[in-house]
Amino acid sequence: MTIFQPPTTTFKARYENWIGGAWVPPVRGQYFENPTPVTGQVFCEVARGTAEDIELALDAAHAAAPAWGRTAPAARALVLTKIADRIAENLELLAVAESWENGKPVRETLAADIPLAVDHLRYYAGAIRAQEGGLSQIDDDTVAYHFNEPLGVVGQIIPWNFPLLMAIWKLAPALAAGNAVVLKPAEQTPATVLVLMELIADLLPPGVVNVVNGFGVEAGKPLASSSRIRKISFTGETTTGRLIMQYASGNLIPVTLELGGKSPNLFFADVAAEQDAFYDKALEGFAMFALNQGEVCTCPSRALIQAPIYDRLLSDGLERVRAMRQGNPLDTDTMVGAQASNDQLEKILSYIDIGQAEGAKVLAGGERVDLGGDLSGGYYVAPTVFEGDNSMRIFQEEIFGPVLAVTRFEDFEDGIAIANDTLYGLGAGVWSRDGSNAYRAGRAIQAGRVWTNCYHAYPAHAAFGGYKNSGFGRETHQMALQHYQQTKNLLVSYAPKAQGFF
Amino acid sequence: MPALKPISQVAVTEAAAELLRELTAEHGPLMFHQSGGCCDGSAPMCFPAGEFLTSDSDVLVGELAVPGLAPVAVWMARDQFAYWSHTHLTIDVVPGRGSGFSLESPTGRRFLTRSRLLTDEESAALGPR
Repeated sequence: MTIFQPPTTTFKARYENWIGGAWVPPVRGQYFENPTPVTGQVFCEVARGTAEDIELALDAAHAAAPAWGRTAPAARALVLTKIADRIAENLELLAVAESWENGKPVRETLAADIPLAVDHLRYYAGAIRAQEGGLSQIDDDTVAYHFNEPLGVVGQIIPWNFPLLMAIWKLAPALAAGNAVVLKPAEQTPATVLVLMELIADLLPPGVVNVVNGFGVEAGKPLASSSRIRKISFTGETTTGRLIMQYASGNLIPVTLELGGKSPNLFFADVAAEQDAFYDKALEGFAMFALNQGEVCTCPSRALIQAPIYDRLLSDGLERVRAMRQGNPLDTDTMVGAQASNDQLEKILSYIDIGQAEGAKVLAGGERVDLGGDLSGGYYVAPTVFEGDNSMRIFQEEIFGPVLAVTRFEDFEDGIAIANDTLYGLGAGVWSRDGSNAYRAGRAIQAGRVWTNCYHAYPAHAAFGGYKNSGFGRETHQMALQHYQQTKNLLVSYAPKAQGFF
Repeated sequence: MPALKPISQVAVTEAAAELLRELTAEHGPLMFHQSGGCCDGSAPMCFPAGEFLTSDSDVLVGELAVPGLAPVAVWMARDQFAYWSHTHLTIDVVPGRGSGFSLESPTGRRFLTRSRLLTDEESAALGPR
């Protein structure tokens, strides 16, 4: 067991914006306070950027984009691998900082967030070198060449649940493809991306990545609605997603949206056929709703259990939930940390209220937790399990907290119908010892990622993205390169003679 | 006898009404669109009236009556409303910092939707929409 100390020396007391490879004070001179969810105490101040700062960042990005876009793919790939190496060398520093900024357990940032960021950078470094354009023989004398060209300058708006990892998910393909970026972190988690920028300042040409912090309405909107970006990528919720599409329609630019889900986790009856390692793995899958305090777009927040094993699996699953250790996020033994913000905490509690009002039964948790001492000011919610019906609001809305809604299904058709009775389609889980049953279920569920006999794995080279209201576009796969590229077709005639029209 | 208050599916707390007055002074007439999905999903997003383009895919859930202000429309996507239609929504405010482009986030306060079940009488009066 290790308990890390609060990373007081990692962060500066005050952060300006990162523009053109340097710290640039916000034009209006305003800053906002950044509290840690671990204790609720403010640990740094961050620039409160506005439209003027976005313009400065866009100036820097436009100055950098042409040369970066012409840089050889091998050279861009090398920059990405160097960034990956630098992050790996500073894994512990970044992991502790991320835990302090977001409230998530440090064991997750040490084992997942930061190592995955490293791997995604290395993956896109390889992917861009391996990417090929196309050549189509139209006829004997005519050839169509297809080149992958960068878009130029792109905007990216990052969520607060995995501040560094989500930044890398978006930056890695954009940079590999040769774009310059203006990035707006979430106002709940504005600082660790800046720690990263300072760490890698010598590796990236100035202006290739620019970070402007601030509130959505003051900094996010001017970025999303700017006529100076060629693409906007956003992870967040549906209303802002629609607004971003609305702004993008004004500028006729493409968007990538990842808007969350209400992911079903189906346990077929054969899961409990043996009390073996597989059953143990499935119970871990049941408990995965609490990973990152449920603040994951793909949180398996609906457990659907087939009737014959309903009582048994639920009982064993609850035992797993009761064994979760909630505590100081900087303690490596802690499994469940703090929610990212006070308003997030309040929202989760309001859902626990409406769940009970609708008649759902609380089987575990259901309340805020006071961990005592300095942690009393933090935002902790006990892992909560509800039993109810899929029509209830707690089964239909993404609570984004450690809250699981459990119900039963009778047969395959019933299970798939309940799984698909949702507005969203980002993630899903299927647990079965019968490979063909699991395969059919996975194909029948309307979701972009169906974890089969596993959950919450996020490897590079497996495409991530949504069906239905969960958005469109894919990340963590080489196909994301194309979301940051446009196709140049050279249609070339080698014919010696005129076509004969004029 | 005083006129009966018309039955509405939305309401606003006094603290939220005060914040709406402040925001109106700065931004003019306001609207809400109730969000869904990831991160700050299920937060009520407050915009200048007309900023968010509503369409046939949205439902006007109700209008907030705040003394001194034009009625504040509360919208929701129609498909989402199908799952919310049996609940009454009260817009409240809590300390916090939302994401998204909602107007109140720089104030350090955050609108929050509190829900309760509609009574049978309310459901009958509101009818199908």
